[in-house]
Amino acid sequence: MTKLSYINGLPLVLLLSGMSSPAFAGSEDVVVENAWSRASIGVNRPGAVYMTVRNTGEYAVTLTGLATPLAMMPEIHESKTNSNGVSSMAPAGEITIEPGQSVALEPGGLHAMLMMLQNLMIEGETFPLTLTFSDGGEVAVEVPILGIAARGPES
Amino acid sequence: MQRRHVVQYGAAGVGAVALMLGVGWWRADGPGAPKPAGQRPLPLSAMDFRLTDHEGNEVGPETLIGRPTMVFFGFTYCPDVCPTTLSDISGWLEDLGDEAAQMNVVFITVDPERDTVEAMAEYVGYFHPAIRGWTGPANQVARAAEGFRASYERVPTKGGDYTMNHTASVFLFDAKGELVTMIDYHEPREFAVPKIRRALTEDVEGAT
Ligand SMILES: [Cu+2]
Repeated sequence: MTKLSYINGLPLVLLLSGMSSPAFAGSEDVVVENAWSRASIGVNRPGAVYMTVRNTGEYAVTLTGLATPLAMMPEIHESKTNSNGVSSMAPAGEITIEPGQSVALEPGGLHAMLMMLQNLMIEGETFPLTLTFSDGGEVAVEVPILGIAARGPES
Repeated sequence: MQRRHVVQYGAAGVGAVALMLGVGWWRADGPGAPKPAGQRPLPLSAMDFRLTDHEGNEVGPETLIGRPTMVFFGFTYCPDVCPTTLSDISGWLEDLGDEAAQMNVVFITVDPERDTVEAMAEYVGYFHPAIRGWTGPANQVARAAEGFRASYERVPTKGGDYTMNHTASVFLFDAKGELVTMIDYHEPREFAVPKIRRALTEDVEGAT
């Protein structure tokens, strides 16, 4: 019995190791820099994460989604301010990054919105965030939590 | 049968058009209408609203007259634009140093349902100590926004929650309560701080 399940498990192990080998069309060359977020007040307010996503490879990559144990609904959003000075925020959809290019998630523009927080975001702590790409690859980052009034990764 | 179907589609079509016209009205002329660009806030002396500050004091536009004033609309459940603006304002106030103490700096919520006095008190506590948080009944918040010619709108989000679209400009008034200028969202600090200095030193007679 034990032996049988071990043998059955083998193809799965091979499949998993195949997925983490550099067989993707681009996302293995994605580098995430300067990730940061703000501490939360309670868990009812959404959080926001900022970072620069750089494509150092030779193929375009498309960021399709996010995952984190910290929030049940993480989503890439974009804030916009119209000609009347009215700000609004909406899901940004998929984001394609051309080879050699980068996309900045920064205050007042693109941000990783963390909806339905599962835990407090406490200044000084970090949390894992995974970016998923259309080629099936994933890039994991550890995001530092700064103060509520933080203005950027250095403040 | 064919004809009957056509009639049914026709009726559905009329319904859909009526609905779209309804939506169109709401956006174009109704409560969802954007404020025409260039519509300036009233002088503070011409505004009329009653709110409560984050320490429980009754406040209104008259509270602001006598000192230069900076006003910003937002809400504490705002993850991006509002903490960014309040951080920017905090930075400007730090740059101004002692001069900041001569100003009123007010953050008015557009989401009084969630932003109670206690919520405002906790929130503004994380930013520059000069910043006051004002909230109150929905109709009084609406009257305040009307006076400033600010607009806001509740927008449902996934998961049954909601967010608020709102005017993100910072309004600057002189000590007499006349509008001096506005600081647009994301205006660089090197432009914002001189504008605030202007509000602090504005010759009241010359204010427009
Ligand atoms: Cu968002």
